Amino acid sequence: MSTPAAVPARRDRALNDALFRYLLRLADTSLVLGQRLGEWIGHAPALEEDLGLANLALDLIGQARLLLTYAAEIEGQGRDEDALAFLRDAPEFLNLTLAEQPNGDFAHTIVRQWLIDAWQLELYEGLAGSADTRLAAIAAKALKETRYHYRFSSGWLVRLGDGTAESRARAQQAVDSLWRFTEELFTADEIDQRMAAAGIAPPLGAAAERFGARVAEDLTQATLTRPPQQPHPWHGKRGVHTEHLGHLLAEMQHLQRTYPGVRW
Amino acid sequence: MSAAELSVAEREVWRLLATVPDPEIPVLSIVDLGIVRYVRSAADGRLHVGITPTYSGCPATAAIRSATRAALDDAGHRDALLEEVLSPPWTSDWVTPAGRAKLEAFGIAPPAAAAAGPASQPVRCPRCGSLSTERISEFGSTPCKAHYVCSACREPFDHFKCI
Repeated sequence: MSTPAAVPARRDRALNDALFRYLLRLADTSLVLGQRLGEWIGHAPALEEDLGLANLALDLIGQARLLLTYAAEIEGQGRDEDALAFLRDAPEFLNLTLAEQPNGDFAHTIVRQWLIDAWQLELYEGLAGSADTRLAAIAAKALKETRYHYRFSSGWLVRLGDGTAESRARAQQAVDSLWRFTEELFTADEIDQRMAAAGIAPPLGAAAERFGARVAEDLTQATLTRPPQQPHPWHGKRGVHTEHLGHLLAEMQHLQRTYPGVRW
Repeated sequence: MSAAELSVAEREVWRLLATVPDPEIPVLSIVDLGIVRYVRSAADGRLHVGITPTYSGCPATAAIRSATRAALDDAGHRDALLEEVLSPPWTSDWVTPAGRAKLEAFGIAPPAAAAAGPASQPVRCPRCGSLSTERISEFGSTPCKAHYVCSACREPFDHFKCI
């Protein structure tokens, strides 16, 4: 199927390269989180949640495909979505460090999901108005799905936090352990700044405030406590990852690496 | 081709696409589902058919694409162009009234207006018509469905998600 051309005006090389990396950050965060959620299939606490997590994964991988396809076109080196997903090594992945964190227990998975859903909500809302029409179209589509995801994850956060002593303790433990990865979400570097200056991405400052307010409100409703902000030594979006990503990629990429070019 | 002939061709293709079933909910055609965005004859003399995906990751998208291509080819529209349209994004509001009736008859509660916000209206049981229903899960057997149960007739059923 051909895609109606949304050929961007000739961009200067540096802006093009920044856009490529920016698209990879969005795509890789969705792809890696989707892969993590897939690990739950057949293992979730109840059949309905098993289906739920798999459905989230499906949407996220679909978003990643749209973004990777666009990234490959922007790069213009003849790579496609599959080459980008299956033939890059960990340092070339630019996902948020939070996305690659292991599933842990169900509370851990829900807290990770809720944080990324709340982040994607702010980001996709801004990106839906992007000066880049192709990215705006992908974001507008992803936004609808993200709203649905957030409803699911924030609902579970409240149910677990304001639940039994056991579920509350586990939810708080997950918040405490994952909070240190949130600093990265809204710390703008030169790529974020360049994207914002070009009107391609929303400025991260305002998004961070809305994210903070939303997350604080959810935590209150869930009777959970927000841990203090911590400095972040993790730079997933710059390709510096925790050890967990390598293991995830080993599983995700094994088939393509062993049988290059294999198809169904 | 004259304008009149082209519009005949367009109408014919709309009728043709109304026979292409959704692979996961075969009572619905892709026209019922509201994913055929346009059929138009362009200046290049070819028919352009625009299709939008329901969910970004819906596995049916590829199957729909090839079924649509095959239907067009079989009907002699080999030079028709199939285009993927992302914007504006699909909404369940585009499921046609005929599509909604077919869904309900098939046992799937049709979507409420997405603009009204999720879960703002009670979902009617497609079997007994009771409004006393309960959501079991936000998700179901396909990306477009959620899982419900009726408190009156006790039957579980699918509800077409509103997005």
